[in-house]
Amino acid sequence: MSLNISVVFQGGLDNLFSKKPSHKLTIPATSDGKPANLTYLIFWLRDNLLSEREELFIQDGTVRPGILVLVNEVEGSGDGTDWELLGEGDYELKSGDEIIFISTLHGG
Amino acid sequence: MPPKLCALCNEARAILKRPKTGQQICRDCFFYVFETEVHNTIMEARLFKRGDRVAIGASGGKDSTVLAYVMKALNDRYDYGLELFLLSIDEGITGYRDDSLETVKRNQQQYDMPLKILSYDELYGWTMDAIVAQIGKKNNCTFCGVFRRQALDRGAAMLNVDHIVTGHNADDIAETVLMNIMRGDIARLGRCTLICTQGEDTIKRSKPFKYTYEKEIVMYAYFKKLDYFSTECIYSPDAYRGHARVFLKDLEAARPSAIIDIIHSGEAFEVKDEVKATQKIQQTCKRCGYMSSNELCKACTLLEGLERGLATAAITDRGRKKLEESATSTENMRTIPFFQMPAGQAATATAIS
Repeated sequence: MSLNISVVFQGGLDNLFSKKPSHKLTIPATSDGKPANLTYLIFWLRDNLLSEREELFIQDGTVRPGILVLVNEVEGSGDGTDWELLGEGDYELKSGDEIIFISTLHGG
Repeated sequence: MPPKLCALCNEARAILKRPKTGQQICRDCFFYVFETEVHNTIMEARLFKRGDRVAIGASGGKDSTVLAYVMKALNDRYDYGLELFLLSIDEGITGYRDDSLETVKRNQQQYDMPLKILSYDELYGWTMDAIVAQIGKKNNCTFCGVFRRQALDRGAAMLNVDHIVTGHNADDIAETVLMNIMRGDIARLGRCTLICTQGEDTIKRSKPFKYTYEKEIVMYAYFKKLDYFSTECIYSPDAYRGHARVFLKDLEAARPSAIIDIIHSGEAFEVKDEVKATQKIQQTCKRCGYMSSNELCKACTLLEGLERGLATAAITDRGRKKLEESATSTENMRTIPFFQMPAGQAATATAIS
């Protein structure tokens, strides 16, 4: 079983992912028998997609402070919801979800 | 998890959690509270008066792009009666500023505001590329910061505006408070939390986003689909600020009110009179007329260092003294045009263009 997920990097984060802002991915639907959640996706991205400077993306088991995460649920309104409203890393991914990572740390 | 309803309207689905209050609110209520808080900040500090000509310092980045959008919206909605301009400084950084200026040019079209671009090359005869080629990547932020501050004032004088607004947000100000504490810079600590600064010889400058969290600015830009530029400067970023920034973000992750709390602490500091007495008094630079705490302003000192091939000497106080002792005439040396405050619209409009 696998999930089809779209991932979008904004605010300069695309630089860590081969300078490509959007990615269509197929990831395993479960890990260790549990449904894949956002924390799993973050580590999956590190292991499979990140091209440089891991410390600018991950810190202490989650995204680095200053990176916003939005979830555009497959049955949602089509505009993204702050992951803080969805249980953050515990949010269980569904096939068709779009996940947006935005760095707030660049420029001004 | 079932969708939560907005804590404000109780009707629409909540899409974000406000860092300042922890409230979960919907898209429309978010736009409303975001804009209304900026409006309240502007009204409480009485920043503008009807008929003011206001330049928005625009870099093409998130903060100034959102500021331009919100200033235009509020000016229309509440009828401030302001004339708004975009003012950009071109530091001359190939592959960075040239791209971000393209964003500002699009903003000019999108927001229908006149745009003035003033370059370091035009004003100082040096681009940042040329400066870095001479001095290397160490200390180049000092040059850039000093030159930008003065360039903004000079660009504003050319536009003959009454006021410059910048996109500094709550996170930036909290960072600056921390940096000034860590450096023991009491003079700056005293004034860095002011929403509006105005000296006798400088143009009024203010920060309408003083209480606006960076997270909300980025969310606002995202939900409004605003066009902004987000690449790190190609020259070494300000390392000291970087430390303060990471520290602040870690604090915010643990307790979101940390940012506003640090600003509050900064505002509450009172500098003793004895300490104030030891601070240098402001004067005007004898060479270029810009405000200065020494005979020569920082920009003229740095420029002289560059022109004489002693650039790094100009950064420290000791170096500056050495520069003064070995003073030669400024003949054959590039200097900055004399600074004049805009005095009456017609006069300056023709004097500087």
